[in-house]
Amino acid sequence: MKRSWNWAVWTGASLVFLGVVSYPLFFVRFPGLRDFPWANLPMIALGLVLLALGLVRAFRHPDLCRGKLFGSVLAVLALAFSGFFLYGIFIGARHVLPASHDAPRVGQTAPDFTLPDSQNHPVSLTGALNSPFTPESATGAEKGAAQAAGVVLIFYRGYW
Amino acid sequence: MIAISVDSPADSENLRRSQGYTFPILSDAHEDVIRRWDLVHVHGRRDGADISRPAEFLIDSSGKVRWANLTEDFGVRARPKEALAAFDAMNKSSHSGE
Repeated sequence: MKRSWNWAVWTGASLVFLGVVSYPLFFVRFPGLRDFPWANLPMIALGLVLLALGLVRAFRHPDLCRGKLFGSVLAVLALAFSGFFLYGIFIGARHVLPASHDAPRVGQTAPDFTLPDSQNHPVSLTGALNSPFTPESATGAEKGAAQAAGVVLIFYRGYW
Repeated sequence: MIAISVDSPADSENLRRSQGYTFPILSDAHEDVIRRWDLVHVHGRRDGADISRPAEFLIDSSGKVRWANLTEDFGVRARPKEALAAFDAMNKSSHSGE
């Protein structure tokens, strides 16, 4: 009697792997799915369930179904992957940022600065606040009326 | 709109070109400004270098901070909507009676 290769275990493990790996490779591009891994958690959960079902079958009916050994190995790997993913998303990304208590708060005056832009021209905050902003699409009349209304300053980690 | 990071001007220019950004990207390689604004993320980069933690500020024409967003989770960024809403609120109040 031929013993099946236990598709549940293989599919389950693949789904867990795919669920974890697709987050940084694909789903991270969609803000709704990046902020909370709506797409990935179901994939991983389903994968783990399939793995469990396959593993149970392998142990209950070893005469019909393979997988006691490779199933157990895959299960451990899948759990490790899932744990790593959950830790990274829910714990690692949260506690790693500094408190920044002394950052300028609403109502405070922002400290001025001058830094080089990407073409090495110096840009100062005061200069940016005082120079009128005219979008390239503005008409003649709009150009006359345009005033600097403020600056949105974005500090980011860097492009790497 | 102005963006700031520890990246060199060359790296920032590459980013600007590849994304087609029209706003200035400033280079704070020695973290002088990042430190003054208390935004340093020590060893935040994989190679151990210090970088800025993500933060957005809306500053009005008098230099005052009108809106600030310091995210707890670096995966979550300020939505453009929030910044635009703060910008509109700021402009409304400055056009009425100042």
